[in-house]
Amino acid sequence: MASSTLLLAVVGLAVLAYYLGRQRAVSGVLGAGPRVYSHSLPGYHGGYVALWCVLPALLLLALWQIFEPIWLRDTVLAQLPDDLRALPSQQLGLIYNDIRNLVEGNVVSSSPSADILAAASRYAALRQTSHGLATGAVLVLGIACLAWAFRRVRPDFRARNRVERAIEYLLIAASMVAILTTIGIFLSVLFEALRFFQQVSPLDFLFGRSWSPQTAIRADQVGSSGAFGAVPLFAGTLLISGIAMLVAVPVGLMSAIYLSEYASRRLRAYAKPMLEILAGIPTVVYGYFAALTVGPILRAVGESLGLEVASESALGAGLVMGIMIIPFVSSLSDDVITAVPQALRDGSYGLGATRSETIRHVVLPSALPGIVGAVLLAVSRAIGETMIVVMAAGLAANLTANPFEAVTTVTVQIVTLLVGDQEFDSPKTLAAFALGLVLFLVTLALNVIALRVVRRYREQYE
Amino acid sequence: MSSTPRTSVKEAVARGIRRRYAQESVFRALGLGALLIGLGFLAFFFYTLIANGYTALAQTRLRLDVALDATVIDPTGSRDPAVLEGADYQKLVRDALGARFPEVTARGDLRALFALVSPGAGLEIRRLVVADPRAIGTTRSVWVLADDDVDVLVKGHVSRDLPEVDRRITDRQLEWLSRLESEGRVALRFNRYFFLSGDSRDPELAGIWSATVGSFYMLLVTLVLSFPLGVATAIYLEEFAPRNRWTDLIEVNINNLAAVPSIVFGLLGLAVFINEFGLPRSAPLVGGLVLCLMTLPVIIIASRAALTAVPPSIREAALGVGASKMQMVLHHVLPLALPGMLTGTIIGMARALGESAPLLMIGMVAFIVDTPETPLDPATALPVQVYLWADSPERAFVERTSAAIIVLLVFLLMMNAAAILLRKRFERRY
Repeated sequence: MASSTLLLAVVGLAVLAYYLGRQRAVSGVLGAGPRVYSHSLPGYHGGYVALWCVLPALLLLALWQIFEPIWLRDTVLAQLPDDLRALPSQQLGLIYNDIRNLVEGNVVSSSPSADILAAASRYAALRQTSHGLATGAVLVLGIACLAWAFRRVRPDFRARNRVERAIEYLLIAASMVAILTTIGIFLSVLFEALRFFQQVSPLDFLFGRSWSPQTAIRADQVGSSGAFGAVPLFAGTLLISGIAMLVAVPVGLMSAIYLSEYASRRLRAYAKPMLEILAGIPTVVYGYFAALTVGPILRAVGESLGLEVASESALGAGLVMGIMIIPFVSSLSDDVITAVPQALRDGSYGLGATRSETIRHVVLPSALPGIVGAVLLAVSRAIGETMIVVMAAGLAANLTANPFEAVTTVTVQIVTLLVGDQEFDSPKTLAAFALGLVLFLVTLALNVIALRVVRRYREQYE
Repeated sequence: MSSTPRTSVKEAVARGIRRRYAQESVFRALGLGALLIGLGFLAFFFYTLIANGYTALAQTRLRLDVALDATVIDPTGSRDPAVLEGADYQKLVRDALGARFPEVTARGDLRALFALVSPGAGLEIRRLVVADPRAIGTTRSVWVLADDDVDVLVKGHVSRDLPEVDRRITDRQLEWLSRLESEGRVALRFNRYFFLSGDSRDPELAGIWSATVGSFYMLLVTLVLSFPLGVATAIYLEEFAPRNRWTDLIEVNINNLAAVPSIVFGLLGLAVFINEFGLPRSAPLVGGLVLCLMTLPVIIIASRAALTAVPPSIREAALGVGASKMQMVLHHVLPLALPGMLTGTIIGMARALGESAPLLMIGMVAFIVDTPETPLDPATALPVQVYLWADSPERAFVERTSAAIIVLLVFLLMMNAAAILLRKRFERRY
């Protein structure tokens, strides 16, 4: 935690720098009187000096943090005896980990030899020098930049423009985070997925019909061949999402129509927020509800009708997921239905149409693109939904269209493959990233299409 | 062909109108029905939650006369705190229970008898003794914690009339319990473990405190990172950015990020934060980072809406008296837009609080008893605790899961109420 004290020191230095720069601007530097015209307010001069003091120092600190471990590793490993250095890189990595754990005081995998102990003490000493050097260098750089910026403070110095430009760069940097996140998601998932596709052919993955993600411990064990055909997962996802949409679209659309066309102002004022509560309930709560309440009810109903309903049936998960999506469909459709101009409705009433005829033949067709967009967004929600299916859908990959049987989904498999301890080179864990890539691309495509559809529709009346 | 064409048209129209009006009422009823289905589910949902969860507030306790035997607690009489801490208090509880039922002597029967009290009962006696060492050597009448199997039976979640094989309590245990009940030694008391302790394998000792603290640290990290980042991004996009392809790209990106499934963010956290950067698994810091990326789009979108709502007259007035563009934004526009931004942030935080799927990916499902002290300690979060308990087979976890959900919903309700209040309080009409 030495770097955090250093960070605090740098912040303290910045406060000092601000104060010094401000003082210099207020006192009227270089012989001019205190009433001399200054281009910028004193605070900007202070800010300028403080920025110069902090930014280079922080940059140096960051670079040090990145390169210190690499340098440490190389130096420590270079001083190991030759027989250890000749080991393959993976084993060398393990030894290096042992050395570091020894220094940190953690448990070590094996009893350390004398060579390793010597290396550990070298590591500790090196690290200490490195920390000392870093502290010195960062503080010296901070003070040097402070002095340089301090000397630039003059009445005619345009401190405000510089500080404002620095702030603008900060703002731009902040808006880069959104892009970096998308790139980060895409690349991290893509790289792991590519490693997976080196071991399993993409065609087998996308079109294979059997899913049993195991990796063999012994070559001759039963079921040693892992099968990574994701079609049953896609089918299960589609089945559950389909059931969810069968619930959500009619209920959501009809409540939106009722709320926007029929309901009194008071009913609308109460019913709409209440319906939207459904969207605010955490998904894990829906999952609990699906697993502990809806599942047993469906089973009991099925039994009384003489149907065989699995306790983790696709129907239960789909129903509850549909309920979760109702407010999503209804509030988006409500927006597009209200956006249909009143003149269209009046025209239809003028021709003698009843309200429902107006809605069915005039309002809905003109709101259709928006509704389609809403439904597409809801589908992408349903496909990516995790907790409900993790808790209420099955684990076994069944290729079936029977809603009373248990099916599994893409998200369930991602969770089961990745929860718990994993090693990052087996196709079993990497398969989760391949599934994640598919999920990401499909939801992305759905969203882009939905936004396109909605946007095109909006332009009609503007 | 007796009627004239005129009347037949009239009749046809009349018939048509009847049919159309019937359709109208059917359509309307369908709409109302759909609305009622949605609201009915909401009501059913809250009803089951509360009906399942309210019993977790109380817990069964047994009144036992515990002899605080000095030879067991502190044989040397040193009154050394370390000795007092380490003594076998569960034995005292067992002895007290054995004294109640002197006729029980067989080994197996004794084990069944001792299973009536919780393994946490000894800890309570320890607390009593450590707080007041003078009690050693006396006999105290103490309400000790009952086992969860006793608890569900006393609360009536498991019927006493079930055949013995379907119960976790044997007939003999039931007989002892009835005797204690007839002596007035069984009662329901407030369940403080639920609010004040961490997770446990014993439902009667399990609580949500650790998970709440974990959630708190996580939200703290999320807030500290996502609020400045989100506001800065919104200011840049709304006030400074030129309209070009690059800013269009950023905008499309933000809108898409808002719709990426949360589990994909978990994959990112696992691959980047844990595997690449080597941050600790199960730490609220990593959870906070992942949730920060998830809430960022929500905050940015809300903040941009708040900035657009500030009228141009304010900007022009500021520029008119000689403010620079940055001064105009930071001194005049931002303070007016801040309440709207805060509202959006609170709503984003509420969503982050309820999120659990990405946390499963970064290892926050571990079984964690201790309360985390820093954002780097292993922790779990409230929704994940709900998930863990929902998976546990013990019947006593059902009511605790529901109660934990109620607590979670109360937190969400408070956050949303705060957002609404903020909006009402600072809403301006220009």
